[in-house]
Amino acid sequence: MSENRIYIYKRYERFWHWSQAALIIVMMITGFEIHGSYTLMGFRDAVNLHTLAAWALLVLWAFTIFWQFTTGEWRQYLPSMRNVSAMVLYYTVGIFKDVPHPFRKTVVQKHNPLQRLAYLALLAFISPLIWGSGLLYLFYAQWPALGLDKVLSLEGVAIAHTLGAFLITAFFFIHVYLTTTGHTVFAHIKAMITGWEEIHEEPVARPGAARKP
Amino acid sequence: MGIRYSSHAARLAAGLLLAAFSLLVGASTPTVDHRELKALQGPFATGPEVTEACLSCHNKAAHQVMDSIHWQWETISPTTGKKLGKQHAANNFCGSVLSNEPRCTSCHAGYGWTDKNYDFTKQENVDCLACHDTTGTYKKVPTDAGHPLYEAREMPKGSGKIVQPPDLAKIAQNVGRPGRQNCGACHFNGGGGDAVKHGDLDTSLIKPSRELDVHMAQDGANMVCADCHTFNDHKPSGSRYAAISKDTDGKDMRYGAHTRATCESCHDLAPHGNERLDNHVNKIACQTCHIPEFARGGIGTKTLWDWSTAGKRGPDGKPLFIKDEHGHLTYSAEKGDFEYGENVRPSYKWYNGVVHQIAITDKIDDSRILELNRVEGSASDPNARIWPFKVMVGKQPYDPVNKTLVVNHVYGADDTSFWSNFDYEKSIKAGMAYAGFPYSGQFDFIETRMNWFITHMVAPKEQAVRCNECHTRSDDGRLAEITDIYLPGRDRNHWVDLFGGVAIVGAIGAGALHGIARILTHRKGKGK
Repeated sequence: MSENRIYIYKRYERFWHWSQAALIIVMMITGFEIHGSYTLMGFRDAVNLHTLAAWALLVLWAFTIFWQFTTGEWRQYLPSMRNVSAMVLYYTVGIFKDVPHPFRKTVVQKHNPLQRLAYLALLAFISPLIWGSGLLYLFYAQWPALGLDKVLSLEGVAIAHTLGAFLITAFFFIHVYLTTTGHTVFAHIKAMITGWEEIHEEPVARPGAARKP
Repeated sequence: MGIRYSSHAARLAAGLLLAAFSLLVGASTPTVDHRELKALQGPFATGPEVTEACLSCHNKAAHQVMDSIHWQWETISPTTGKKLGKQHAANNFCGSVLSNEPRCTSCHAGYGWTDKNYDFTKQENVDCLACHDTTGTYKKVPTDAGHPLYEAREMPKGSGKIVQPPDLAKIAQNVGRPGRQNCGACHFNGGGGDAVKHGDLDTSLIKPSRELDVHMAQDGANMVCADCHTFNDHKPSGSRYAAISKDTDGKDMRYGAHTRATCESCHDLAPHGNERLDNHVNKIACQTCHIPEFARGGIGTKTLWDWSTAGKRGPDGKPLFIKDEHGHLTYSAEKGDFEYGENVRPSYKWYNGVVHQIAITDKIDDSRILELNRVEGSASDPNARIWPFKVMVGKQPYDPVNKTLVVNHVYGADDTSFWSNFDYEKSIKAGMAYAGFPYSGQFDFIETRMNWFITHMVAPKEQAVRCNECHTRSDDGRLAEITDIYLPGRDRNHWVDLFGGVAIVGAIGAGALHGIARILTHRKGKGK
């Protein structure tokens, strides 16, 4: 079996992924309580936990950005329009016909082209929206000192933050669902836990396969 | 780091300040023993005789008092410039001092204010003992224009209870700093009885539990009124006509202002040791969170007074009086209908330091409910904070032709006073004539509201209002009436929520459908 496995997710990467997942889940739960969608732990505890998780995630990101650049892993997020249509075709048609997955994960290319686009959109649009509005929200008391009280309203910032929260929550559910689309339902999750991806060589030629490493 | 340091220093300084208080009040030895003074040996026949004895040493004291609102019952509002004070400001309790003097002026810091021609320049009429008695035996008779009893009297009339006059010499020899009972004799009984007027001031504060008042409780800070309402030259600090909406000076010691009638003057500007709570201070008065309810001492405060129903007689032809199970009057032929409240949640309003207090002679708009002392402020006003209020509901007589409130002559043993004759025609006519105010001869009743600052009965911090009592979507949220702010946890944009809801449901639904389709097609494929 060992010749059919590749070590694709390194230890730090797995630590980062799962602690980020935990923090985001905590922030979704507490965030929607702060929004008033339901009552779970009370407004005060929800605010405190949400704030704590936000700072923890900022620290985690600081380390992770460092890690991405020192390891060169940041290149995993460079987008490419090549083969995107093959991925779309696979998810909309091929997957129902047991057509093999058009993308083959390698150590240097662990994200399929659609994934790259999705993560880039997350990084380029949703993250700045959430972090920007969230940090402004967090430092609301300092607005007058920074001269921001004349150009911003709490309502606008809060609503932008809420919009970001809805978007990332929708992303979260799609992301979790797509983890089940490996060769078995839990294959992707297992790889994300152990770091090892099992490679299933197909005898037939792969339509639109990604570049060879 | 600088912020942290100064907040620690602030707390240390607050502790030192309290320690200094206890030294001043508790431990220092006075340099005068009033019991040994020749001038105070008596006997004294009247209050003014005692005052003259006091003035033989404290020769400037009376003139200081005579310059204060306690003597003049008149003041100029520092924010609106309007002449106010009990002589001019309208209320929706008893009404007006005019024509009712001997009853109302039982709370004057003086003697003998029996009518509108009172001489405010006679220093021997200043009442030293009302504030400086420490024996608890000095009492001003409710109906004697500020005098105490001078000879034994049956009180109330026909009760058979004979009340002895106080020993003025003994009282004069035992003067000292004003305690709770001195201030409370009038301020706990405003509006004609215990707890009636303010809602946060009543006799339960003489010996309060820590839960009722963390500052005045014996197992709390054990402070008295004047520890916060500091006096400068016999002039008190703190006023409902111009309460300081936002104290930006903080601890007063640095400025030598010696006016401690704001929370900040002891607790400073960032007292929580928690940045998020300290940030609230900019827009929320301390009292708003720290006085969760008023009238918490077991004594109901009047919340409604409807004068329009007064004057009814029972089947026996006598004036009608109805009491509830607590012994509170719910109907009085003399005064009309009453309602009371205990443990009442305040109303919350923006307040920027400006109170628009109506005077009795002001032109009023009778097309709607009349707010007798509207407090000014809004979310966009940098001086405004959200404050708690007892909103007193009233219905009182007014002149619908001249559009003014009226002076109602209620007290007196004459044939025009309302409490003797129960006839508004006569009593208002007599009151207006006495006051010298124009009166059309017609009267009607107008609904009024009056805002009473809730600022006493501060609860221990564990009992402060919790976050989710305001940050809630519930219609019953404490700040439900404050609608010009975005309140997290309460407010949202419905379009964003709709879009977001659709996005989340869509994401889950798409995943579910896709998954089901995979399962179905996979089975089909297997079956082949």
